[in-house]
Amino acid sequence: MRTTNTRTKNRRTKKTHRGKMFAALLFALSAFAALTGCSSKTAPTDGASSAAPPAEDAAPVSEAIPEGESLPASEAPVAESELKALEITNVSYDPTRELYAAYNEIFAKHWKEKTGQDVTVTQSHGGSGKQARSVLEGNEADVVTLALEQDINELVTGGLIESGWVGEFPKNSAPYTSTIVFLVRKDNPKSIKDWDDIVKPGIEIITPDPKTSGGARWNFLAAWGFALDLYQGDEEKTTQFLKDLYGNVTVLDSGARGSTTTFVENGQGDVLLAWENEAFLSLLEHPDDFEIVTPSISILAQPSVAVVDEVVDKRGTREVAAAYLEFLYSDEAQFLEGQNFYRPSNPDILAGFADTFDLNLKLVNIDDDFGGWTAATAKFFADDAIFDQIYKQ
Amino acid sequence: MEKAVKGALIAAGAAFIFIMLILPLATVIVYAFRQGLETFWQAVSEPYTLKALQLTLLTTVIALIVNTVFGIAASWAITRYHFKGRGLLTTLIDIPFSISPVIAGLTFILVFGRIGWAYPFLQAHDIKIVFAVPGIVLATIFVTFPFVSREMIPLMQSRGTDEEEAAALMGASWFTIYRKITFPHIKWSLLYGIILCTARAMGEFGAVSVVSGHLRGKTNTLPLHVEILFNEFHLTQAFAVSGILVVIAVIVLIVRNIVEYKLEKGDER
Repeated sequence: MRTTNTRTKNRRTKKTHRGKMFAALLFALSAFAALTGCSSKTAPTDGASSAAPPAEDAAPVSEAIPEGESLPASEAPVAESELKALEITNVSYDPTRELYAAYNEIFAKHWKEKTGQDVTVTQSHGGSGKQARSVLEGNEADVVTLALEQDINELVTGGLIESGWVGEFPKNSAPYTSTIVFLVRKDNPKSIKDWDDIVKPGIEIITPDPKTSGGARWNFLAAWGFALDLYQGDEEKTTQFLKDLYGNVTVLDSGARGSTTTFVENGQGDVLLAWENEAFLSLLEHPDDFEIVTPSISILAQPSVAVVDEVVDKRGTREVAAAYLEFLYSDEAQFLEGQNFYRPSNPDILAGFADTFDLNLKLVNIDDDFGGWTAATAKFFADDAIFDQIYKQ
Repeated sequence: MEKAVKGALIAAGAAFIFIMLILPLATVIVYAFRQGLETFWQAVSEPYTLKALQLTLLTTVIALIVNTVFGIAASWAITRYHFKGRGLLTTLIDIPFSISPVIAGLTFILVFGRIGWAYPFLQAHDIKIVFAVPGIVLATIFVTFPFVSREMIPLMQSRGTDEEEAAALMGASWFTIYRKITFPHIKWSLLYGIILCTARAMGEFGAVSVVSGHLRGKTNTLPLHVEILFNEFHLTQAFAVSGILVVIAVIVLIVRNIVEYKLEKGDER
């Protein structure tokens, strides 16, 4: 008896509720349809998108730093009838985003003229060590353009790249170089001029973590080079100097770009130890807020490039991958690198940028002053090596 | 006295919500439109943003379907049958709640990555999982795994099995039982679970970040794309894209409230 009672009651309420429930469901569905509607709008491009991303209005040419990457959209239809479009992946480090966005465009044009084939380059950026790690774990990069020789050596150890890659391209496979400078706030309120100014108590330093960031290792070694010179080779005092320096670090990000954002956008710290190119880029974005200070001694930073043998052999992209790195040494690309605040390795083109870079800066370098990356890594950055000892205490 | 306490508590709650929720969300919207509608529109219609949106929606839909099917099956099994290890199963379903998404991502790398044990097999069959779309879908499924079943199990448990048993005795097939008796009771909590699952799947960052490889136009979801834009000094664009996520979140929130209202009504009956 009771059951039938509740049942009839249920039925009655059901009727009145049904309309409301249905309305609610309809609303949920329409919300979802609206969302998926967006996707179906973009869906038609899906099939062709691997060849040409949907770029009706590709990055405006007039902009100094294009927002879109290489988007060879206009050539796509022609290519389909002639040659299969190529796709390669460039796994790079943090500050090269803008450089490679621009470079991919001129390379695609160059390759098209040479072979009639379209090539799309997919970019990936992050801390150099982290990026090397992802390639090691299966992120299929045709080429790597990382901050350090050592990061590429990790890939050699992992069996992805054949040893001897350093000799594969000119200038030790370093098409452009950079150095480490200071970025300080406008008018330099803490009057920071050199390395010994930033170890003073009360100065807040922003630099990334040498364990994961290539730039951070260059920062460390540049400071070491200065202090070793200051203390005339006394390593104990030099270690103390570095300890003071890292004692002043308030934010230790995992990549160089993270540090730049911390300093520039979030307004943390008094001084950013930065890649020269990164410092110039920040200045370009915020001309009225910052100043670049060049210390008396810095380091010649040579970011390295290499073809990832295992991947290109599997995918059959060796030719275009090698050409991609080779073309970095062309006059056109060298000039573009200079425009993006990397020091071109071609001395003639570098000379043309004498107004931009301080070419008289005294630079230590990794091979002569630190005995190469393998030795430097073991001495400074391996587990329980000098950096760990400094940072633990 | 009591009134004062009440007032203070309400004020504290309101202040907390304002500072922690309203203010940041308002900031996102303000920043998104800081340089005008045109910049906003450019940012959200940029090819890489559209690709990211597409990937996010695809991932969400797949995760939703998988987890809904699983959630219904699991809650049915757990509440309607008695078997060994039932308690263990219930606990295991909750794992994604307690594990950090980053660790979830790393485990996928360790299984399917180049150094993982499944890699030779995947290589031989030319299958890509991590640093490709399947990895992102897997990671998203993992973190949103418990949402649907967690919503339904308590409800089905509290309802008991009497009605179903009665129907079975009267000779109804399991499908009829499910359609006529079980489903009408659980539909709103099912929908609620689905909505929570959607919200989480769209916003997932940690696990996806680990398995993505950050290949633009290919493996970047909306949250990852926001980070990239932010790191490239495109602050306005970053907030504009965040705006898309906020709008989706608000829609989800409204739908959620409607469903919650329905749920409460259902309980009263």
